[in-house]
Amino acid sequence: MKKTTFLGTVAAAALVSGFASAGTLDDVKAKGFVQCGVSTGVVGFAMADANGVWDGFDVAVCRAVAAAVLGDPQAVKFTPTTGKTRFTALASGEVDMLARNTTWTFSRDVDLKFTFVGVNYYDGQGFMVPKALGVSSAKDLDGATVCIQTGTTTELNLADYFRVNNISYEPVPIETNAEGQQQYLAGACDVYTTDASGLAATRATFEKPDDHVVLPEIISKEPLGPLVRHGDDQWGDVVRWTLNALIAAEELGITSANIGEASMKAGNNPEINRLLGTEGNLGEMLGLSADWAKNAITAGGNYGEVFEKNIGENTPIGLSRGLNAQWTDGGLIYTPPFR
Amino acid sequence: MSFQPYVRTDILPEQAPPSTASGPIAWMRENLFATIPNAILTIVAVYFIFSILHEVLPWVIKSSWAAGSLSECRDVIRETYGPDSTGACWAVIRERYLQLLFGFYPPFPGGEANGSVAVEGSMMAYFRVNLTFVFMLVAIAPLLFNSLPRKMIWFSALFPFLAFWLLWGGSIWPPLMVLAGIALGGVAYGVLSKAVSPLAGVIAALVTPVIWWLLLAGPVAGVLHGIAPIGILDVATDRFGGFMLSVIIGVTGIALSLPLGILLALGRQSDMMFIKAMCVGFIEFIRGVPLITLLFVASVLLNYFLPTGTTFDLVLRVVIMVTLFASAYMAEVVRGGLAALPTGQYEAADSLGLDYWKATRLITLPQALKISIPGIVSTFIGLFKDTTLVSIIGLMDPIGLTNVIRADTNWNGIVWELYGFIALVFFLFCFSMSRYSMYLERKLKTGH
Repeated sequence: MKKTTFLGTVAAAALVSGFASAGTLDDVKAKGFVQCGVSTGVVGFAMADANGVWDGFDVAVCRAVAAAVLGDPQAVKFTPTTGKTRFTALASGEVDMLARNTTWTFSRDVDLKFTFVGVNYYDGQGFMVPKALGVSSAKDLDGATVCIQTGTTTELNLADYFRVNNISYEPVPIETNAEGQQQYLAGACDVYTTDASGLAATRATFEKPDDHVVLPEIISKEPLGPLVRHGDDQWGDVVRWTLNALIAAEELGITSANIGEASMKAGNNPEINRLLGTEGNLGEMLGLSADWAKNAITAGGNYGEVFEKNIGENTPIGLSRGLNAQWTDGGLIYTPPFR
Repeated sequence: MSFQPYVRTDILPEQAPPSTASGPIAWMRENLFATIPNAILTIVAVYFIFSILHEVLPWVIKSSWAAGSLSECRDVIRETYGPDSTGACWAVIRERYLQLLFGFYPPFPGGEANGSVAVEGSMMAYFRVNLTFVFMLVAIAPLLFNSLPRKMIWFSALFPFLAFWLLWGGSIWPPLMVLAGIALGGVAYGVLSKAVSPLAGVIAALVTPVIWWLLLAGPVAGVLHGIAPIGILDVATDRFGGFMLSVIIGVTGIALSLPLGILLALGRQSDMMFIKAMCVGFIEFIRGVPLITLLFVASVLLNYFLPTGTTFDLVLRVVIMVTLFASAYMAEVVRGGLAALPTGQYEAADSLGLDYWKATRLITLPQALKISIPGIVSTFIGLFKDTTLVSIIGLMDPIGLTNVIRADTNWNGIVWELYGFIALVFFLFCFSMSRYSMYLERKLKTGH
């Protein structure tokens, strides 16, 4: 008897399926929301509050895209993905885009057939050690036990780094960041290594953060960014230029506070005018409305505002801009011109 | 002088037995310190328990229930219990227990849409889930306890449809149409088995509902919904989570795996080669594959087979996989029970002139199931706990939610409090299942 419920549901699901898919942009407009793959939870980057509302640095990209395409930053459905399911979720079309602490690498771009549309955070792998160990450089770590997450690029970077410097280490494999914290605090390993942003977030949760230091060496490049499927360039452009719009807004000094005024009528700066749609037809070229960038920026503020709100120096995570400052301030955040 | 024997004329007052033969001392002597090795073991065990409690209890008790973040918790504990104290931060449970129970399920579906303001702490919060849970208890009660009126079984039969509608929401017609398919099958059987032959009746009873579901149920439901739009707001399954999700997967798996497992076990013992080969192949294949592999197939591989844009509900996919997995194990447990029956029972059933189904239903299966109760319940408990594996494919079961909660900057770094709470709730479920199985074994005991 009960079995039939499921047969019936299978049948019903088979019935409602079967509409052919056009471009992702048309699909998104038709269904009225963006299906966005995020992580199941990374401090500052993606988290759900007690009411199940998602927020964070990566989530902000999803909301900006939803605002640009549909005019509503809330028109997003989030699919939490794990490190193991993220790529298949995107490749199979279960999600429209992935904004999930994913390192842009050659093989992911070329072999897995994804398009990384840009970089929203430049990360790098670092080391944290207890101060009592008296180590000031990663080169002094000969013979140390290292807590390392298995199956990640950090594991490979670690092996490379120790081999290049001709020193030895003993890995303590861990599965999740939470497990790593516990193992490290319990003294199961001398060193904890992961992305520098993760180290800062982890250290902030310790009872005595001052007893631990993050070593100055950054041993890898981890450019994290949103990605979409290969072969749908129109959708890729929408996501890429939405991210670029946030970056350009910071460079041009447009914030969520002054955007209302700036977008009322064309001002003196032609680039701002083109960006906000008071001049030219950039939105039309993308297949969006003229105020697409205005909506994206209003959703959560410009790149700098999003950074400060979620992971900046005034948050418990307390990351400084560093590499993620605008190119005008000596960082790597740079957008091609809006022209 | 004559010999005068001493005879007591009055009864001595009763005295308490010596302290070494009764009371707590005697009990301890008998049970704890009977022999020297026994005494040593007792002392060692007491020491272990003491040292564990000595470590754990202060942590549990020196805790903070009201704080907004982990660091606030630590401050409160230090203020209350001295500068070096550490303790549990139960405030996280207080803030997030609803999320751990219900996931992201909207507390007031439709509440926001209608513009009505949801009242904090109102009785109506999560009423759809809570109502389903109460109905579930009512539905399984007649299956668990014989003394209840048999007519309640009808409610149990309707419950899956009711539960699906309450939890998933949407129009009431699709579940009703699925139900109608079964009714049609019954009608077809009734008509054809009398008019043509019993075999034709059985075939019609199987084929009619399938045709109905595949071709007609969807459009008819659409038309009926157009005429009478009865429905509640639908809730997408990405909002399902917490223990609600565990219970949905666990209970459906349990409820479906027992009948499927019995059929598979009977099929494996069958003399019909094709059926036997199919059952053996299914059981051995499923048992040879880890559950997590099946879950990955459900979450990842099926997407490639279905046309793009199809969203065949992930929770349903997982439920189906878990059910298939559990039924293979259940089949082997039931087969163990069938194999344990003396051949005489089968022969006795044959000699009474019972056909296969009657013999199975009346003689062999009841005894086999009774023998297998501990194994069956173990499989149920294992299945229920295995539901936590779905966190690996990104579903928000309680274990998956711990990650979400830790991603909140306020609660980053919290570990044991969350796992402790989850362990406690799981223990309550599993312990009640195990107690019920012991009750059932006692009730069905017919040996001497």
